[in-house]
Amino acid sequence: MKRYIDVIMAGFGGQGVLLIGNLLAYAGMREKLNVTFIPVYGVEMRGGTANCTVVLSEDEIGSPIINKPKSLIVMNRPSLDKFQPKLADGGLQIVNSSLVDPVLVEQGGRIRTVLVPANELAEKVGNARAVNTIMLGAYVAATGMVKLSTVEDCLSAVMPPKIVPVNIAALRAGAAYALEQLKGQTPAKVSAKKAAAKPVAKKKPAAKKTAAKK
Amino acid sequence: MAGKKERLFVKGNEAIAMGALAAGCKCFFGYPITPQNDIPEFMSKAMVDAGGEFVQAESEVAAANMLLGAGACGIRAMTSSSSPGMSLKQEAISYMAGSEIPAVIVNMNRGGPGLGDIGPSQGDYFQSTRGGGHGDYRLLVLAPSSAQEAYDMTYDAFDLAFASRNPVLILGDAIIGQMKEPITPREPKQVDPEEGADWRLIGAPNSREHRIIKSLFLMDGELAGQNRKLQAKYDAWKKMVDFETFEVKDAELVVVAYGSIGRIAKNAVRALRAKGKKVGLFRPKTLYPFPEKALEKLAKEGKRFLTIEHNLGQMVEDVRLSVRKYGDSDLFCVYPGNMPSPDDFEAPILRALGRK
Repeated sequence: MKRYIDVIMAGFGGQGVLLIGNLLAYAGMREKLNVTFIPVYGVEMRGGTANCTVVLSEDEIGSPIINKPKSLIVMNRPSLDKFQPKLADGGLQIVNSSLVDPVLVEQGGRIRTVLVPANELAEKVGNARAVNTIMLGAYVAATGMVKLSTVEDCLSAVMPPKIVPVNIAALRAGAAYALEQLKGQTPAKVSAKKAAAKPVAKKKPAAKKTAAKK
Repeated sequence: MAGKKERLFVKGNEAIAMGALAAGCKCFFGYPITPQNDIPEFMSKAMVDAGGEFVQAESEVAAANMLLGAGACGIRAMTSSSSPGMSLKQEAISYMAGSEIPAVIVNMNRGGPGLGDIGPSQGDYFQSTRGGGHGDYRLLVLAPSSAQEAYDMTYDAFDLAFASRNPVLILGDAIIGQMKEPITPREPKQVDPEEGADWRLIGAPNSREHRIIKSLFLMDGELAGQNRKLQAKYDAWKKMVDFETFEVKDAELVVVAYGSIGRIAKNAVRALRAKGKKVGLFRPKTLYPFPEKALEKLAKEGKRFLTIEHNLGQMVEDVRLSVRKYGDSDLFCVYPGNMPSPDDFEAPILRALGRK
């Protein structure tokens, strides 16, 4: 089976979902995959919701628009309400448990969920606004679709250099947290963990180093 | 920068603007409208940097007439808009076609009629392929289905416009405009400074005889002569037809779709092929001239057709005209406000395949 994944990333406007959508797309491009990125298209306003769809594929990509996504990054409650029911059977969602009550997460094994307290982790990393890169780090670790190091290399394409280090730390913190969550879960998740194991292995000391540099 | 091989990750709108810049576009005239605003945004800087002109006009009508003026001077110039704005530009486009003025015009189609909505649509197919304004004329119409094609088609559109002294239309939609994809840019064109030297208006230097570019032909037989000349030009375009085929060879049913719907339909065809269904895709890249001979050939082989469009059925008329000697085409319409996905197309394709 060729590499393919699609993801809808959703949150409040300002949480940076479009930024991490771009970032993942850049990483896919760097790893020689075909990629598309499309922002939500409608009449949007400040304080409203934002989402984007990213597709990464070894094959040519037909539609950039996905109605039943294989994965989700859910940054807030309205996004869970809107997209969780659309998640494809066997799909994976990364849910920001700082803003979404875990009892709302669908049970019963149709889908897989990784809960990440992204706001708390972002505070810990030293920048409360790095919630988005925490979530993306968790997503990349849980799916193994691209290497975390590739994502780190692409940060400078989507943000000014001075905030790159804290976002590297955020990516790694999110990835480490997700892998911790996935430990001891069912075999499907173990394979996902394996794929991501490499970039994550060297993460912890490096994350500390980055933090120290700051 | 690693030079021209470097892949860029850009919106379709930006790809169009970059393609125009690389093709030597020197003037851009526009008026804001969603979903094409990234084009004037890019050009507002790029034109100035390129030593050209950018004008945000007082209206679409004014922008299109500025385009007419620049084209008459032999300058590579462009305007872009979306459906309601395109309606306003039609008068000037008719005059440009009548007076054989080259120009590149971009329509990022949105829902209509009227102000409609800001989502993707293919509702302007008739307007694009039948001329659009008054009178007996055609535009060369190119329909990209990816950011790379949007770039390449715009890059080529200026040469085509000047070679045939006719406006060329790039017809995209909100999906093509807003979607980001990697593109590989091409080498910037060196435009011949003598381009259009035998007809452009630059002030009759060295007391040469004055020239008139006009679309008014009142003398006996004059307009008929002009229109015959235009018709010969449109006929000559037929050799430029361009289209993509996918899995048509042994297909029993061929899906005909263009632009964003074309690429989405391709995924549906691919998925159905994986299930052993004998379906294929035919995607016109030139909407005018329409690839009628190629479709006729497929019809002659006994294939049946399903046209899928993001409108109430416009291109299907051209498909039916193309295949009329041997068959017909079914139609599946996508309505405005819906962003279709490949799954949405599988059932209608199977229905059409099952119908004898």
